[in-house]
Amino acid sequence: MDIQLVGMTVLWLFLYGYLIVASIDFGAGFFAYYCKMKKQDHLVNHLISRYLSPVWEVTNVFLVFFFVGLVGFFPDTAYYYGTALLIPGSIALVLLSIRGSFYAFANYGSKENKVYLFLYGVSGLFIPASFSTVLTISEGGFIEKRGEEIIFFADRLFKSPYSWSVVFLAIVSVLFISAAFLTYYADRANDEQAREILRKYALFWSPPTIIASLLVFAGLREHNIAHFEKMLMYWWVFGFSFICFLVASSLIYQRKRYGTAFVFVMLQFFFAFFGYGASHLPYILDPYVTIYSAYTNETMGIALVIVFIAGLLLLIPSLVLLMRLFLFDADYVKGKK
Amino acid sequence: MELDSVVLARMLTTLTLAFHIIFATIGVGVPILISIAEYIGIKRNDPHYLLLARRWTRGFVVTVAVGVVTGTCIGLQLSLLWPSFMKIAGQVISLPLFMETFAFFFEAIFLGIYLYTWDRFKKPIYHWLLSIPIIIGSSASAFFITTVNAFMNTPQGFTLENGAIAAIDPITAMFNPATPSKVFHVLTSSYVSSAFILAMIAAFHILRGKTDEYYKKALKLTMVAGFIFALSTAIAGDLSAKFLAKYQPEKLAAGEWHFETEKGADLLLYGILDENHEVKYALRLPNMLSFLSFNDFNAEVIGLNDFPEDERPPLWIHYMFDIMVTIGVYLVVVSFLYLLFERMKRFNPYHKWLLWAIVAGGPLSLVAIETGWIFAEVGRQPWILRGYMKVAEGATTADHVGEMFLLFLALYIVLAIICTTVLIKMFKNKPAETELEYRFNK
Ligand code: HDD
Ligand code: HEM
Ligand code: HEM
Repeated sequence: MDIQLVGMTVLWLFLYGYLIVASIDFGAGFFAYYCKMKKQDHLVNHLISRYLSPVWEVTNVFLVFFFVGLVGFFPDTAYYYGTALLIPGSIALVLLSIRGSFYAFANYGSKENKVYLFLYGVSGLFIPASFSTVLTISEGGFIEKRGEEIIFFADRLFKSPYSWSVVFLAIVSVLFISAAFLTYYADRANDEQAREILRKYALFWSPPTIIASLLVFAGLREHNIAHFEKMLMYWWVFGFSFICFLVASSLIYQRKRYGTAFVFVMLQFFFAFFGYGASHLPYILDPYVTIYSAYTNETMGIALVIVFIAGLLLLIPSLVLLMRLFLFDADYVKGKK
Repeated sequence: MELDSVVLARMLTTLTLAFHIIFATIGVGVPILISIAEYIGIKRNDPHYLLLARRWTRGFVVTVAVGVVTGTCIGLQLSLLWPSFMKIAGQVISLPLFMETFAFFFEAIFLGIYLYTWDRFKKPIYHWLLSIPIIIGSSASAFFITTVNAFMNTPQGFTLENGAIAAIDPITAMFNPATPSKVFHVLTSSYVSSAFILAMIAAFHILRGKTDEYYKKALKLTMVAGFIFALSTAIAGDLSAKFLAKYQPEKLAAGEWHFETEKGADLLLYGILDENHEVKYALRLPNMLSFLSFNDFNAEVIGLNDFPEDERPPLWIHYMFDIMVTIGVYLVVVSFLYLLFERMKRFNPYHKWLLWAIVAGGPLSLVAIETGWIFAEVGRQPWILRGYMKVAEGATTADHVGEMFLLFLALYIVLAIICTTVLIKMFKNKPAETELEYRFNK
């Protein structure tokens, strides 16, 4: 495997990590708001905040890691995307800032403020929607280079059915991943009432993830037939993803083994995400930027990989400690600590 | 001045950095003080210090949140606003940027653990141990980002031929001549600012008539730390000036209004510059500039006239430099006076005027941080990579930067207002005295 591919795989892995932990966070925000509206918040919200409080900052770092790493390994991406995405990028940043800080304000500062909770809940759906459009843009057709100028066609993005199918997929995935995780968490806490509510959410949002995926396939076929055909070459990866989906949903439906069910949800998205990523290669931005054309120099590439390995040696034990204290410590989850 | 996208990109970068740096400074410095307080509390079994650590931590989380989101903003804005710069410089300097994210990661993980494990360990010292990785993480992130900034001032570790970068050496780039003095100064100035901000809170409460030992202990702890850090900051600042004299003389010359290269150069303090570049009302210390730059009263200091006109930094940075240095001296003096009064039975360390002087030290230290950065950054102009790339060549060519500026301005105003009210409410609703009572039955 050449170093460009190693770099991209590592970054894609981190983006996958962000996808999972951020989905849990985003979805939880939305559920917290929704339950508040339905006056069920006393049943669910303390559970959500017990999980989220210690980990929200870690979630954000996954994202920072991805974009700093991307620009480090592939500096050209900064040039193309940076120029084109000033406006959507800035809007996503503002949403992310509102969300992160308001979480802290509400959680550590003044409790029970409806406005904070509203912003927190709604931004949880808008952020994944706006991030997902970057994937759409990467398919090509929305950014063009004319001479020395990079032009971004926002109007095409708004009119593209493919773009909307991706947004739809992003939102339902967030809600499904989050509900599946929180069901498991409620189950560990022996909190039956919360678990039943969350289980219903998980079941409700599971079929739409598949429908949305099919829409994305159909949309891609119209938008970028070459990529679509490459995806068909990886059909078995998406097949695995579908099997994992079936296992996860049926476990949740039968009220069995919520932990295993969530692992299968993670696998469902793992296969889909890597199938998508592998078929997208070598392009980072179709047709201008590939992982080979945008690659930084050899010295820096090797240095980054070395630092990455050293960093992981530091991070993995720390993350394990975090999870043992807050995720797998039964007493903490139950609220006894 | 016309508002083209270069000027607007600079304005937006400046806005985000100026806002971020306040929270970044607190983020780097406050963990140290929390850690010291908790350690003393455990060793002396003194609930006052333990409560201090707890309450500081609670406020700290809120400021960290703002630090994290504004940091994410500047991180992405580097690519959004300076795409050409990142494309070139990124090849040489992405290593420390990447390492910085690991430092964040490390800090974030342990901060999460620290916050929610106050009473979970049988031995309290285990909880204190968790503060060490937080300090390492935040100081390391300051170190890495400062090497990037240092690189912009004295780039090295690559060659540039016809716009193509070659012979790259990331380690040499990181450890460039500006790195040691900058890192030292950034770290110490963060520590001293944090100490004075916390001292400000304690002094303010005492002024408001609170008499609990708690506040006096808080004041003493922060003032001792403040004095040590203020001295270190001044030493680091002196080293920074010596660095400038040797490697970036145009910045020092502009900051000192030193136009002609000469031996035994005078140091100018304060004053104003009229249209004809005549200095008025300045305090002139003979031969001091030579001494401060090279430890030698007769050394030659390069003047601004030796540089081509279009490569001279703006002269107004002199005011920034003066403000920062004045505040630096002020912090040393105030903390020294407090310690003196505290030791000597004849004086009252809680004298109204001294307490007010300490209160003023909090906001002033942040002013010094801002003016310090402005001096350092504007003093690098017109370069973004000194000697290689000018700011105008690095900026985005996109439209609508102006609207984005307004968008972020609105965001930061909202964040500033809410952050302040949340902090005030948080501590008003739960005064230290009541918390002391219910937590430690005192
Ligand atoms: C003196 C130290 C210092 C300086 C000069 C800077 N920062 Fe900062 N930054 C911090 C010290 C810091 C910190 C104290 O470590 C923060 C604040 C809160 C936190 O958790 O980390 C942080 C947060 C922070 C984050 C959020 C990380 C996260 O999600 O946890 C990013 C992406 C950046 N910064 C990036 C930057 C960039 C691109 C800078 C310069 C152009 C910069 N920082 C200047
Ligand atoms: C007491 C005397 C002080 C002196 C002689 C001094 C000197 C300097 C010099 C020469 C620089 C420019 C360095 C460069 O561009 O490479 C600088 C920058 C800076 N100063 Fe100071 N300083 C002093 C006090 C302070 C204080 C009290 C603070 C804040 C609390 C502070 C904060 C900063 C910051 C944040 C920078 C920008 C970072 C850097 O370039 O190192 N300084 N200072
Ligand atoms: C890769 C890193 C950096 C880049 C690309 C960068 C770029 C810039 C640019 C282009 C400006 C505008 C200069 C002007 O308008 O006069 C600026 C200003 C500034 N920078 Fe840097 N910088 C970096 C690192 C830092 C760091 C680490 C800090 C510390 C927080 C910092 C603090 C500032 C400040 C306070 C200003 C405002 C100066 C003013 O008022 O104009 N910079 N930076």
